[in-house]
This record gives sequence, structure tokens and C-alpha cells, in this order.
Amino acid sequence: MSCKVEIKFTLNGRPEKAIVPVDLNLLAMLRDMFDLKGAKYACGEGECGACTVIVDKLSVNSCLTFAVDCDGREVRTVEGLRATDKLHPMQRAFVDHGAIQCGFCMPGMIMQATHLSDTSPGLTRDGLKRGLEGNVCRCTGYTKVLDAVSDAMNTEGVDQ
Amino acid sequence: MTSIAKKSVIGGRFPKPDSPDKAVGRTRFINDLELPRMLYGKILHTDRPHALIKSVNTERAKTLAGVHAVLTGDDFPEVKFGINRDNTPLKKGKVRCIRDEIAAVAAETEEICNAALDLITVEYEDLPGVFDPIEAMLADAPLVHEDRPGNLSLAYKFDHGDIASAERQSDVIMDHVFNVHYVTHCCMGTSSVIADFDTDGKLTIYTQTQYPYNYKMDLAPALGIHPGDVRVIQPPVGGAFGSKLDVYPFEPICVLLAKATRRPVKLTFSREEEFINAPTRQPARIHLRMGAKADGTITFRDVDCILNNGAYTSWGPTTPYVMMRTFSSLYRVPVVRFRSQAVYTNNPYAGSFRGYGNVQATYAAAIQADMMAEALGMNVLDFSLKNAQKSGEVSPQGSRLEDCVFTECLAIAAEKSDFVAKQNRYQAERNRPGRIKRGIGLASSIHNAGGAKIHKSDGCGSILKLDDYARATLITGASEIGQGIDAVICQVLSEELGIPMSDITIVNNDSAIAPWDVGVHASRTTFIAGNSARRAAIKAREQILRAASKQANVPQEALDLREGWVVQDDNGETVIKLDKLLRQMHFKEDPELVMTTDYYEPPSEPETENHVGDMSAAYSHAVHVAEVEVDTETGEVKVVKVTSAQDVGRIINEMGIEAQIEGGIAMGIGYALSENLQIVDGLVRNPSFRDYKVMTAPEVPEMELHFVESHSKTGPLGAKGIAELPTIVIAPAIANAVHNAIGIRFLDPPLTPEKVARAIWERDISVAAE
Repeated sequence: MSCKVEIKFTLNGRPEKAIVPVDLNLLAMLRDMFDLKGAKYACGEGECGACTVIVDKLSVNSCLTFAVDCDGREVRTVEGLRATDKLHPMQRAFVDHGAIQCGFCMPGMIMQATHLSDTSPGLTRDGLKRGLEGNVCRCTGYTKVLDAVSDAMNTEGVDQ
Repeated sequence: MTSIAKKSVIGGRFPKPDSPDKAVGRTRFINDLELPRMLYGKILHTDRPHALIKSVNTERAKTLAGVHAVLTGDDFPEVKFGINRDNTPLKKGKVRCIRDEIAAVAAETEEICNAALDLITVEYEDLPGVFDPIEAMLADAPLVHEDRPGNLSLAYKFDHGDIASAERQSDVIMDHVFNVHYVTHCCMGTSSVIADFDTDGKLTIYTQTQYPYNYKMDLAPALGIHPGDVRVIQPPVGGAFGSKLDVYPFEPICVLLAKATRRPVKLTFSREEEFINAPTRQPARIHLRMGAKADGTITFRDVDCILNNGAYTSWGPTTPYVMMRTFSSLYRVPVVRFRSQAVYTNNPYAGSFRGYGNVQATYAAAIQADMMAEALGMNVLDFSLKNAQKSGEVSPQGSRLEDCVFTECLAIAAEKSDFVAKQNRYQAERNRPGRIKRGIGLASSIHNAGGAKIHKSDGCGSILKLDDYARATLITGASEIGQGIDAVICQVLSEELGIPMSDITIVNNDSAIAPWDVGVHASRTTFIAGNSARRAAIKAREQILRAASKQANVPQEALDLREGWVVQDDNGETVIKLDKLLRQMHFKEDPELVMTTDYYEPPSEPETENHVGDMSAAYSHAVHVAEVEVDTETGEVKVVKVTSAQDVGRIINEMGIEAQIEGGIAMGIGYALSENLQIVDGLVRNPSFRDYKVMTAPEVPEMELHFVESHSKTGPLGAKGIAELPTIVIAPAIANAVHNAIGIRFLDPPLTPEKVARAIWERDISVAAE
């Protein structure tokens, strides 16, 4: 049995606390302790991005992030992206561009795209491709994903 | 009185109806589901490709706190299942490949399961393994199954015409051996299943299956229960691509754990387990000969395929069934001889995978067409046009090519990509100095586009109801696995019933509710389920218009349904609001409810024993032109642009077609350039996304898609199935482009940087030596 620690953090805008094993990863905490199933397990080793969430200003693979490291931080998941009944502009763009097929990777993809939009608003399409490189999608071929993110970020949708 | 103009949703651009829920993280995939009192299951897989099991000791595992059951093959009578009846849920006596299941644990958490697996000890006596199908056919090869002499699994043959005389009529004969490799589906959601028995002993299984009805029939024998006592629930899945078209041992094992514990049990693979234990695409050694006359006319194809069956038989070894149709119908081929042999080895085993044999066959056939054109001094476009079939032609296996637009696809793909001029220019530039070489390549393909009658029925059932508020529910057998049949069906219903797509609900995830369907495979769902849904809608439309006609005293044929109203067809003037009419129909003295059903069976025929038959109700072609850059120092191939021209029949959902083609191309580029499940001496050497490289955003090229509308006479509103062709045709287009760039052929994908750089280096050495 691993040692447990109490942490306090902000989860999708609400203060939360949890008593977590020190070796618990953030993904497992979100899914198993807070029933937030948006972030997905798909590889468990940071290679696919399906578990991407935003911690403070960073997008992280929650499967590789210790839950205890979120103490005092602000964690945002796909469930916390929209503040109203309406979809967040990034979610809207993914829907409108037909970028969602099976959709399993999409919570991670949308969080990564939101992170890029928030932190690097002037990204070119090539920059976007680099920014989304860590998020694997097996359905879409990424074209509609890039169209959606470009649209949401209002960047030029030109392929180089 | 207002007037409503006729509008059509067919050909429009519609996101999948389930995409908003997926965008906000609300969708519960099977991987996210939990049932009350649910336990978790895990399987102890072997680490030996071929060994006798001397003993399995589970005593310590059974005493671990939180463990509810530990099962081995000794706990059950041996029941064989699978296409060749050669597989069992838990193995006893012997393991035949590293997918083999030795024991299974049900416990309160996955962590406890894993701890329990660590406490199980297995004693083995290793046996010599056989991993190469050609070695496995030798007389002294170890037997994988004692009751399968010569390690022979499935064989197929097809003959049409006389090869010897066709050879004599040929001016050029090409003769090559292609070796296509192991790749795997890499569904983002790993394999997962939940089994739950009720007190009557009836099973509810939550599964990712893409063929819910035959799944019962295939699953039940492995469990000794009646197929009728299995209820299949299909929660949303994280991709399928053909991988969920069979029952694999983890599924009956999960059911056995649920039975043993009388609790729901969920069993989910880790990514590493997924790479090792989920099916692969069927690898093949394809010996292909093709003859042609000097004017480019194809005279014959002669094919010998040897397939590595692996230790058990899933759909992979049946892919020659599709391969032979490619070799006999990609171009006009007057004489065909086809032989294939699947041979048991101690490797993991292949299942079905988007393209189903056609990926492998087209890789060989479309590269050899390029080589033949080169040998004849023709452009491959001219060679292809010369041999392209026209509408009304029948292939040697009986494929009736109605509504055939192969020639148009060739012309459009070549013209839009400036193929001929660029090919000549890049070839001329090949020997000039410079590290980066450009190349362009063309490949053609054909695939069934109106279902595939490989079972007794290729049908799909639909049940349609309209409620008192003019909201429609369509209960269909067709599964949704991300491909977008939900949007297509909503469009088809909206078109016929004149109600908004948002007023339509699709129910298709419960075998106790939805009527029968073969499953999502063979690019069939838009065609078959679309037809069935449309026919159910037309019946409802007629019932509604009949009632409206009576009530308004207007002839039925003068009425139409538009935007929730019954209107006059000629001027669009409103007659009665649809919901009001429905209520009047419902609550009148002689009440009627609008509820219709349809079972659609496509006008196709099963193959004879000799593999002749028009097995699909439609066929379509795709032509791809790929433009690449080859870095001659690193060997890296970059696909710069893909131009696609594909017969889609008629566009129903333009956005959906684009999404399928773009995704199919990305998957096919992975097959061509980077994906390679390395199986060495029966062991999977790269079971992670780190070492198994799927396409990511930066590697995906610009794609220019052209849809050719052939208006299928039998398809729903003229549509054909489209989803497999892009994955089938892109890889040979890339290989042909690489040849155009550097003058080297690659008959053994993937074209990894190491392989390409080595080939360039070897060629340069041999040139230097001369």
C-alpha cells in the first residue's frame, strides 16, 4: 500500500480536495475519483495524447502526471471547457468541421487545441501540425481537425 | 396559406449527430462504463510462442484479498470456436503463440488482478517453433495443431481461361514476389468487454463488436450457451476498422469470469496487450505474374499467395477471397489463375482490417501495372485507360460492373494532378545532383461498393416510427463505429419525410431491440442500411400522404412532405402541419399509428464453390495520385500531396465522405511508410506507439479529393459504399511515386527510411562497382 497525501486544487473552476496515493496518476484520479471520463487512457506512456488536460497554463499527458503534483494548481478537463449550455468555440469548431468520427481521442485533441489557441494565438498551419503532433487520431487523417483548429483560432488555413 | 419550396439535404455537409456529446466529453465509451458491483478481469498471457504447459499453479493468486475467481483451461471442458474451430478461450496442454491465454482473474480492481497474475506460476516445456509459412509446410516442420497435417489451414483457388495460351499471346510477362507485412488497427480505445448474467442465466454482453448478430452465433459455442440467450449491447467504441468483426478469446473469458463470480466483469486491454493480443492485418507473400501484348492489352494474371496463418484462424486467412477478386477484376483481365494457401505457424494471428485483402492485393497489382507500363514504354495512365472496364462488363468472377466510371476517375486524377507532365519531368530530373528527389505515382483500385454476400444474407432491417410530435425514431441493425452512418440515415429519412435531421433519433445499439444486420464491413453500411432505412421511410411517407389525401381531398401524388408540413407538390402551398396530421391519424375513430418496417436484401448473389458470382450490388473504383519527396541521404519519404478521384455513386453527406477518405488515406500512408508490427520468432518486438509509428498531424499531406458520381441504380439515392478504397489504393501510388523519384522499386512495404536509404546505398555501390 502506497502512502496517501491530501491535495487541494481547482478542478474545472471549483475547489476540490482529494486523498490520493502518492503514485496515483492524474488520469486515474480524474476518471476513478471524480468520474470525469472525458480524458482517456489509450497508451499510458505519453505517446498518444488521449489523456491531455490543462494544468495551470500547461497541457499535460495526465497519464504521466502525478496527482499529488496538482496540489495547489488549476486543472481543466474537457468537461470544464464550456461555461454555458453552448459549446466552447473550439468544441463548436470540431463539430462544425466534421472533425469527430469515433471521437475517442477528441477530448485530448480538443484540450491540446485549446491550449495552443490560448498560448500561441498566431500559429501557422504548420505550427498547428507540430502543436498537435502528440495527439494520435486513427479516424480523421487530421485534415478536418486542422481545419477546425485553424477556424477556431482564426488563422490562415493554408497548407505549406 | 404559406408556400414551402422543395429543398434537399442530400449532398449536404452534416457533422455526425453524436459529435457534440463527443466534443464535450459526455459520451461514455465502453472503456468508460461501469456497472453496479462490477469486477475487473485480467488474463495471464503466455510468453512462449510454442510450449507444452506442464502445470499452472493458481493457489497463491486465489488467496489474494480482493480476488473473486481464478480460472484456467482445466476448469472447463474444451470447446473449440472460430472460423476453423481451432481456438479455445483458455488454453490447456499447450500454447501455440504469445497471444495464448493461460489463466484469468476476476478481482475488485485491475491492480489486484495484476498482482494476482504475478502470483500464478506456469511450468512449460518449450517446443521448437515455426514462424515462416514456407518452412511450416516442410515435411519435418513442427505441427502447430496436431490434427492439422502439414500445418495447412485455408486454401483458395480460382481458374478462368487457359494460362498457357495466354502466355503465348503475351509480348511481355512480369514476374515478381511481393511481401506485405504485419500492421495492426491501433484503435484508440483498447479492446474492452463487460459480461453480466441475469438470474435466469441469460447473458448481456457490452461489446465493441461491429457485427452484433453473428457475434452471438460465434460467441455462444465458446461458452456452451444458446445464442438466443445472448443480448448484445454496443456502447460507443473508440475505433474498429475491422478489428471487431470476430470473437476473440478475451470475450468468452470475460463471460466465464462473470459466470464464475455471478457479478458483472469488465475486461480491458492495456495498450501493450492491445498490440500483442489484438488482430493484425494479414501478411502475405504474393507471387504475381502478369502478361500483356505490346499495345498494352493485359493477357493474364497468375497469382500464388502464401499466408502466415498464425496459430489460430480468424478472418485474416480468408482475405484471399477478396484478393482473388482484385486480381481478376482490377482492369480487364481475360485469363486468371489464383492459388492461395494459409499455413499455421506459431505467430500471432490476423483478423479483418479495412480493405480486407484488397490492400495487400492492390499493393502488388498496382505496382506491377506501373512496372508493366514502364516495360512496354507506355505511360501507366495510358496502360490503365487501355485496360479499364466500361459499364456493362462482367469480370471473370462474375462482378457485373454497372455504373462504372473507372475511365473518368483515371482522367480526373491524372488531369488534376498534372500527372503525365510531372512524371516525365521528375524522371528526367532523377539523375541530376540534389539531395531531395521528387516523384509522382498513380494507382488504381476496385472494391465492392454495394455490400458483399459472404453470408447467406447481406441484409439489414429497419423499424421506423413517428410520434405525435412528428419526431422519428429509426431502429436499425446497422452499427455506428465512428464511420457516420448516423448522419447518413438521418439525411435519408429527412429527405423522404420532410422533417429536420434534428428531429430524428437513431437506435442501433441493442440486439434485443434492433433488427438483424450482417455488420459494419465491406463498405456496405450506407448502401445496405441506407436502402433499408429509405424503404421504411417511403412506406411511412405513403401512409402519411394517403391519410392527408383523404382528409384534404387532394390526390396523394399531388402532395409532398416539406419542413414538417404536408404541402402541395406543385406550388408548395401548405395543406396541414405534419404533427397535427399524425395526431389526427392517431386519435381518430379508426386509429392508425405511423410505424413501418423493412428488411432489405441487396440484389447480389453468393459465390459458387468455384468463386463465381456477382457478390456485390455495386462496385466502384478509386484512382490516387501521390506526389512524394525522397531524401536520398536519410531515406525519408514525405508524401507532399494526394489527388484522389473516387466513384462515390452519389454524395449523401459530403463531409462524411471527405472524413472517410482523408482518414483512409492517412491510414494507408502509415501502411506504406511507417507502420510495421515487428514479429520476430513469434514475439511482438514493438508493442507501443513509441516503436510502432502511426501517422500524426505533421506527416499528413495536402489532399485534393474529387468525387465522381456514377449514380448507382441500386444504391440509396444512387450512393455507393466508399470507406475502404482510400486505404486500399494509396500505398501503391506512393511506392510508384518513390520509383519515379529514385528509380527503385519496393515490393516489400513499409518504405521506412532505413529500407529506402539502404536501397539507394546498395544501388550506388553497384553502380560505382561497374
